[in-house]
Amino acid sequence: MKITREEVKRVALLARLQLSEEEESRLTEQLDNILQYMEKLGRLDTTNVEPLAHAVDIVNAFREDRVTNEPQPESLLANAPDRENTFFKVPKIIE
Amino acid sequence: MSLHELTIHELAARLKQREISSVDVTQSIFARIEATEERIGSYITLCQESALAEARRADERLKAGGRSSPLLGIPIALKDIFITKGIRTTCSSKILDNFVPPYDGMAVAKLKNAGAVIVGKTNMDEFAMGSSTENSAFSVTRNPWNVERVPGGSSGGSAAAVAADQCIAALGTDTGGSIRQPAACCGIVGLKPTYGRVSRFGVIAFASSLDQVGPMAKDTADCALLLEAVAGHDPADSTSVPAPVAAYATNLDGKMTGVKLGLPKEYFISGMQPEVEQAVKAAVRQMEQNGAEIIDVSLPHTEYAVAVYYIIATAEASSNLARYDGMKYGYRARGKDLAETYFRTRQEGFGPEVKRRIMLGTYALSAGYYDAYYVKAQKVRALIKKDFDEAFKKCDLIVTPTSPTTAFKIGEKTADPLQMYLSDIFTISVNLAGLPGLSLPCGFDNEGMPIGMQIIGKHFDEARMLKIAHAYESATEWHKTKPKLS
Repeated sequence: MKITREEVKRVALLARLQLSEEEESRLTEQLDNILQYMEKLGRLDTTNVEPLAHAVDIVNAFREDRVTNEPQPESLLANAPDRENTFFKVPKIIE
Repeated sequence: MSLHELTIHELAARLKQREISSVDVTQSIFARIEATEERIGSYITLCQESALAEARRADERLKAGGRSSPLLGIPIALKDIFITKGIRTTCSSKILDNFVPPYDGMAVAKLKNAGAVIVGKTNMDEFAMGSSTENSAFSVTRNPWNVERVPGGSSGGSAAAVAADQCIAALGTDTGGSIRQPAACCGIVGLKPTYGRVSRFGVIAFASSLDQVGPMAKDTADCALLLEAVAGHDPADSTSVPAPVAAYATNLDGKMTGVKLGLPKEYFISGMQPEVEQAVKAAVRQMEQNGAEIIDVSLPHTEYAVAVYYIIATAEASSNLARYDGMKYGYRARGKDLAETYFRTRQEGFGPEVKRRIMLGTYALSAGYYDAYYVKAQKVRALIKKDFDEAFKKCDLIVTPTSPTTAFKIGEKTADPLQMYLSDIFTISVNLAGLPGLSLPCGFDNEGMPIGMQIIGKHFDEARMLKIAHAYESATEWHKTKPKLS
């Protein structure tokens, strides 16, 4: 076993997913199968290999820190699940 | 031929001569959609009213004359991953069901400035995670060549729409093959540009070091025209590259002579569909007869690509998708407190494949596993890129099958995620190495399903890739064959 049900529960907590019992057991099996397949990477010796995060050579891209877009509170708030006046309304964060 | 069957370059000439109008073309497209959409299901959202208004404006610009883009007045479809101002944009996810963006992404803005007509938003795998478009939260898209089969994915709606003449051309995105594989499945041409060639601004993020925007069209000339229109540096995407955009379309001279084509033995493997191997090898022989030099090359780390990809892509996805918390936009479930709201929103808003990948990526990034999975995958990614660097010392382009099989049956691979992941085996390495890749039709299997050939180029060498693809296409009729839909 590469992954246990307890680990699946822990990862779901980190990912903020409330899995059902059935999802937990299915995902344990499926993730285990996928992680077994990934075992093949362990066969490669990568001792002196630098990790590659980005395939194209570009250095930091700087630009002027300038406002280029018009403020448009109404169109942004139009997508809000809940709002009050010009504010996003969210569940209470601080007890 | 009806107007909806034509290409961008055929229509552009006739629009300029004012033999036809953009309104004529747009009406022809919507009539075609009306007649076929029930069987295919390419679109999530159709924009008939705004499209006709855009067509009328294009006709005014055509009437005024002067220099204009070949896209002026051309109906284009957009994968529903592109942010479109005032047009619902779902990414095929329940979590974005009612999202209406307040701005246009860069590729869309460029198309609009060129005067293109936006037909609608096409179906896809949720958050571009999949190879069959079956992971859409909304509907199934069927392959126009055989409605029992998938169109490929994740840009399956765009591919099906182009193949069924429900648009003139389309845009897709490609993170591990999501333009090329559906293009192959649907018998059209699809191009994933070099990473950094097209701005990702306003494209809903899946895996940010791999995602790239590209054209899906009826032939290579149309791909060249669309790429020219959307490519280029954008200050809003710091990974877009300030390299000049070539005149891809005018570079298509039909000549093959002298080009060195690399043939990697790792891409002709046991288990692949025999007709796919035969068709690609026959295409290679034909290119040799037309003046190309064929060179055997090796990409020895190919067998590790799927494992590397499904660590890196899911790790990046788990981070990118953390933004869907139900606070500022999208779906929100009601919980008794903040924590429960988060958990239930994400539980109810995401589909099974998206959850699976978030779980896998979160696991690969979590304490204790980060080095064993994520860093290890990044190191093997470096080896995969080095393979290509070495191969490209000997050849100009690399030729492979796009996919090991033609389009599979709907439901065939949904029960086994790993089998689904393995259908990307020939396209994934290209994304890991940041290279441009193109798929074009090169035959049909015994059941009449299209076969795709992939041509891979060096970084920013899209011009040569398109030129050679076009030269092959000019000597064949595959791309002209259309599915018998009606």
